[in-house]
Order: sequence, then C-alpha cells, then structure tokens
Amino acid sequence: MRKIAIYGKGGIGKSTTTQNTVAGLAEMGKKIMVVGCDPKADSTRLLLGGLAQKTVLDTLREEGEDVVFDDIVKPGYGNTSCTESGGPEPGVGCAGRGIITSINMLEQLGAYDEDKALDYAFYDVLGDVVCGGFAMPIRDGKAEEIYIVVSGEMMAMYAANNICKGIVKFAQAGAVRLGGLICNSRLVDNERQMIEELAKKLGTQMIHFVPRDNMVQKAEIHRKTVIEYAPEHPQADEYRTLARKIHENQLFVVPTPLEIEELEGLLIEFGILN
Amino acid sequence: MSTDNKTNIFPDTSELIEEILNKYPSKVAKKRSKSLVSNDPEKDQEIQANIRTIPGIITQRGCCYAGCKGVILGPTRDIINIVHGPIGCSFYAWLTRRNQTDAGVDGENYMNYCFSTDMQDTNIVFGGEKKLETAIREAYEMFKPHSIGVFSTCPIGLIGDDVHAVSRKMKEELGINIFGFSCEGYKGVSQSAGHHIANNGIFKHVVGLNDTDPGGKFKINLLGEYNIGGDSFVLEKYFEEMGITLVSTFSGNSTMSQFENAHMADLNAVMCHRSINYIAEMLEQKYGIPWIKINFIGADATAKSLRRIAEYFEDEELMAKAEAIIAREMLEVKATIEDVKTRTEGKLCMMYVGGSRAHHYQELFGEIGMRTISAGYEFGHRDDYEGRKVLDSIKIDADSRNIEELEISKEEANWREDLVEKKTALKNKGYAFSDYDGMMPDMEKNSLVIDDISHWETEKLIEYYKPDIIGAGIKEKYVIQKYGVPLKQLHSYDYGGPYAGFKGAINFYNDIDKMVNTKIWGLIPPPWKNEPELVAKMADAAY
Repeated sequence: MRKIAIYGKGGIGKSTTTQNTVAGLAEMGKKIMVVGCDPKADSTRLLLGGLAQKTVLDTLREEGEDVVFDDIVKPGYGNTSCTESGGPEPGVGCAGRGIITSINMLEQLGAYDEDKALDYAFYDVLGDVVCGGFAMPIRDGKAEEIYIVVSGEMMAMYAANNICKGIVKFAQAGAVRLGGLICNSRLVDNERQMIEELAKKLGTQMIHFVPRDNMVQKAEIHRKTVIEYAPEHPQADEYRTLARKIHENQLFVVPTPLEIEELEGLLIEFGILN
Repeated sequence: MSTDNKTNIFPDTSELIEEILNKYPSKVAKKRSKSLVSNDPEKDQEIQANIRTIPGIITQRGCCYAGCKGVILGPTRDIINIVHGPIGCSFYAWLTRRNQTDAGVDGENYMNYCFSTDMQDTNIVFGGEKKLETAIREAYEMFKPHSIGVFSTCPIGLIGDDVHAVSRKMKEELGINIFGFSCEGYKGVSQSAGHHIANNGIFKHVVGLNDTDPGGKFKINLLGEYNIGGDSFVLEKYFEEMGITLVSTFSGNSTMSQFENAHMADLNAVMCHRSINYIAEMLEQKYGIPWIKINFIGADATAKSLRRIAEYFEDEELMAKAEAIIAREMLEVKATIEDVKTRTEGKLCMMYVGGSRAHHYQELFGEIGMRTISAGYEFGHRDDYEGRKVLDSIKIDADSRNIEELEISKEEANWREDLVEKKTALKNKGYAFSDYDGMMPDMEKNSLVIDDISHWETEKLIEYYKPDIIGAGIKEKYVIQKYGVPLKQLHSYDYGGPYAGFKGAINFYNDIDKMVNTKIWGLIPPPWKNEPELVAKMADAAY
C-alpha cells in the first residue's frame, strides 16, 4: 500500500485535485482510502456525493471509546473508502490534536490492515502545516509520499516552499519523501515554466500541469468528480493522466527548499521580466 | 569541612566552585557560574536569579500553576478553586503543603476538597469551555460557595480556552464572585510567576470590595504567611493579646471576606517578600497603606517584628503589651536554647528553599548556635538576595514581561492620607518602610550562595561541607537522606510545626536537636558505598 499526503496553500484546490485523482486511480481498479484531515470535513464530498455524515471525532465524542470501523468509514465512488477526521468549530479547541487523535483511532480500528486490501491511502491535509498536529500524516510510519498542490501565484509558491521545509525535517528522521508538485493552474503568465523551474530548484518534478477548466466547478456543484460527472470531457483525461503519473512515479526526493530571495528571484524572472 | 581554627571563618570556596563547574559543558558552566556566589556581607555582590533553568539540570523548581493555585490561593478556605485541566495537574489542587485552617463559625471550608474539570482528549480537541461552565455550575449547586476561582493548566493555554470570559459569564449567571487565572504551568521561569499572577488576580477581583471598618485601634494585614503547620495560629494569638486587629492574612488561615476588606488596614506587615510584595505595593499605590518587612521565624526576629509593629502605631500601651509578651515568651525560649545548644552548637546547615525561607530559617538555626554554610532560593529574584536597592537594575527579560503588570491608580474615596503623613513622619525618625535587604547581607563571609541549585551541585556540597542538616523540599529529601544527611522539609515541615513565633521557635529547636543528633543516618550505608557506580559522560560539546 502506498500512503500519500497532499499538502498546499489553503484554497489551492487540494481536495478537488485529490478526489479527482483518486477517481482516476479507482477507474484503474485500485482500492483507495481517503482520509480528510481538515476540521471543515469537506475532503470526501465529491466521492460521497455530499458531506460525510459523521466525522471520526464527532463519532468519538458521541460514542466514547466504543467506535467501530463502519461508523466512520463510508464507501464512495469507485469502491473508495472515505473518512473525515473532523474537528472543532473555528476558534475553539485544538484541531491539530484532533488530527492526531483521529489518525490514531483509524489505526486502532485497523483501517490500514491487510484485510482491507488497500492499494492507496490518501491524506488530504488542511492548508499549511501550522502545527505538529497537521504534520501527523507525514510522521514516521504514516504517509511516505507527498505531493504539493501549487499554482503560479506567489503565496502558493511560498507555501509550497514552506511545506518542503517541513518535509525536510521529517525526511531526516523517517521515510517521507516528496513525489512532486501538482500545478493547479490559475492562468498566471508563464505558469508552467515557472513551476517546472521551482520544482527543479526544489530537487523534484512538476508531475502534472492541470489546466483550468470550468467543468471542474460544474461537477463540484453536482457533488461529483469530473471523472464521474463528465467522463468524456478532456478535463477528466487530465486527472486520469495525473493518476497514471502518480501510479508510475519513481522520483521520490528529500526536497531542497529555497531561500526567500531565490524564490522572489524566480517570480521576477518568470513573472515580470518576460 | 574545617573552618580556620584561629578566625573560625568559612573556607575559601573557589576550588569547590571550580570543581562543580568543571563537570558542566562550557556554556552551562559559564551560565551557572553567575548563580554561585562566595558571600561577602561587606560588599555589594550580584547574583544571577530568576532566569530559566538550563535544560538537563535537575532543578527544584515548580510551575506557574503550582505557585498561583497551590501557594497563594490554596490556603483560603471559603473559595472553591477549580483546576481547569487534566486530572494529573489536579493532584496539586489537593493541599499537600500542610496549610492549616480554622473552619470558623460558618464552617465554610473547601480546602480538603479537590476540584478539577478532568479534561479528556475530546475536550482538548473541541475546547473545554463548556465543560468548565458545567463544572462551575455543579460546584455551585453542591456547595453554594461565595467565590469560585478557575486555574488554567498548560493545555488550556495551548488550546486557548478563555477562562476569564467563562468566569464572567458564570459570575453573571450565579451571582457570586467568579474569576479566572491565566497561570499556565509553562509561564515564567518558576512558580514565582504564579505568585505574581495570583497577586494580580486577588487585587483585581477581590481586594476593596467591602469598605466596612473591621474595628479596633490598630489594624494590620499580615502578608506572605501561609499557615504551614499552624504558623498563623501562633501569630494570631500574639496580635489578639496586643489588641491588634488582623484584618487579613495573605493567605494562611484566610477567608475571601478578609481579602475584600484588606484595604481597611493601617499597615501591611510583609513576611515572605517574594510571593506577596506585589499586593503590598499595590495596596500602597491604591490606598496609601505603607508596608514594612517583618519576620516571625526566629525568637529574636519575632521580638523585633512585634516591636516594629508596635512602634509604627506609636502607642505606649501597645508597646508595653508587646514587651510583656516578649518577656514572658523569651523565658521558655532561653531555657530551651540553653539546653539544646549544648548539642547543636557549631553544627552546620544548608538550605535551598523558597523565596524567603532560606533566609528566615537562618535565624532559627543561628539561635541554637548552628551556622549556615550555604543557602539559596528556588524561585527568588535578585532583590531577595541583594535587597530592594537593586530593583531598578534588574533587567526585565521576556519571561517576566509575559506576566501582566497592573496599572494601579489612587482610589480617592479610600485614600489614607493620614497614613501617608504617618509614614513620612516616621521615616524622618529613621523607621524603615518598604524595606527588604535580602539574604546575602545576613550571611557569613565565604558562605556559598546558590540560586536554583541542581542535584549535582547539592551532591558536591554534601561531599565537601558534610553538613549536619539540610533544609529543602520533598524532591530533594530522599537523595539527601541517602547521603546520610538528615533533611528538614521547610515547605511542609514534614510532620512538624508550627515554627513561627516563640512557641514555634521552641518546636524548631527541639526538632532540629533530634534530627542532627540521631545516629541513624550514619548507620545506613548508601547503595553506592558497596556497589560500583555507573558513570555517564557528556556527549562531546553537545550543548
């Protein structure tokens, strides 16, 4: 089983990209579990056709320790298993601690056990790695492969670089490696070249360039992935390609994060000078 | 240890200090060296204090929450103190410090209870404010107290539960005084931060709520006396006999209504300077009530303190009463000293405790002819060592800035201009106010002053000085006893006390006599006498 964590700046399209990629892998006949690590609990909406009924933490809170696997893992599109860690309302408690608790709970309940015959487990993690809790999915023994969703916008690239710093820390102590950058296009000038260059400087690859297409939003309104909603649409093929590239990926690295000046230089070179 | 036979001066400490520091990595040695001072009472010497303990050193210190809840608020009987946090922290809510109390005619006493919100994993994730509300409501329904205090432990600060907002809300709902303390354990460098936070909280939420005149001709507050082993009970009797109204004690054998009324006193007598000087200062700034430093540990110190209080009121009858008590009590004190001293004279003691105890107890030891070869505080600041004259030169670091400093302004309605004038007049006659000269000027030449002592240092000092007794706390007790040295707990008094006042002094002489003259510790060989010792080495320049 390959365990993959998806990181990236808030609002960059991590959940959408993850679910569409998962749909692509599911089409290939892979057995996948998606673990949403965001208190908003919206990481599996497109696979389940709506928000998950109950998160791990909600269940834990209501049922106490007496939680069973089927209470928290729901079947989704293409025989996927979907679960949401959940968490407190904004401004209350500790969401990071929530992620830790719920991932431990999933392990205790045997969510990754061999009898589940999983090919993939995907962790879709909220925004930046703001505290230890949000690094839980990449701690030793958890996800070993990370993809960062990024665009040509400056703050998205800053965030990607910061996440790489986090990966370096965990890579030194464990097996976690960076698998590549996924460029989710925002129609920025020279976006493809710029992200390819950023990837090169980080010591990794831009694994795929996902073009911007309104079909993604249209499918989302219908609570579906593009692959499910419009299987013939070219955008569906883009996600199928991304899924295949991830499946075939061999390049796993400890990234080499950039100094801020270097990163800004990149933006000037590709964004303003050309 | 041998003193110079001709002069009887303690030996030079430079070799000992060097040996202690040699074991440390160089950066640690440099830092620790500023906290070890070979005392010279003739000189102004600076000691490093109230700074962070170096990680890896086994310190005596406690946490901010322990200082706030345990030390300052703990001894007050009629407030329900709820610990907001996991149950482990709440062990310290269960007064292990042996603060005693008189339940009074109303019988309102919650000190033997332990209240906790018992935060679980789920509460940490989803926030514990609701649970705290429920806990307050439950406590109120069960006990109907007049006041409830809420104490934050570390996780509460991390997850951001607003104990103050919850307290305000519940105060409104239940109509009793409810207030919270942001005394998370990690704040500050020791429990001293918690004392400050507690002082601020009581001053903000309690002091000044009741303007009723407590009555009597001479009204004082006793600050920084915590009624360990019944110390306050002894002192209360002297005040009563002298006709002094004890408006409040902060906080041994105290009630919330005493605190509410504390601003009606004419004088604040400060015992433990470190833990309570903030309230003394704020009472003076807001109401004009002056404060003096007193000490009831030691028979001579007690006599001196009773005289000072009487002198302040400039009343012949009061002074005569003080003298009568002193004369009467000193008979037994002197008789006991005469007997005990034959067995204790010339023996050595060391003390590493508190923020004033390491100073005060030197008086008692001195009265039975014992000498303090080395002493230091666990959470004292430079002013507790060197005196308040150094206050202006103390560098405020980030750890201290983290603790709120209240802005106090004069309260016209209760301002005591008469006391301000009294202070000026007395000062002109040479009577000292707001005075604390610290521990170092009272210690002998070449005695070793150590702040925030570590276990390593303690062990080296035992080997070098071979003291007859050490005064410290429960964390040090068993290690020291294994060295064959008796240890007197000066936080909790073990099972003894009271040790304050004349009666207390007699108790102390007798207890120490027994401890330093028993042969038992010499008869128990420590394990390392016969078994080989494991020796660890510091990784190369790791620090």
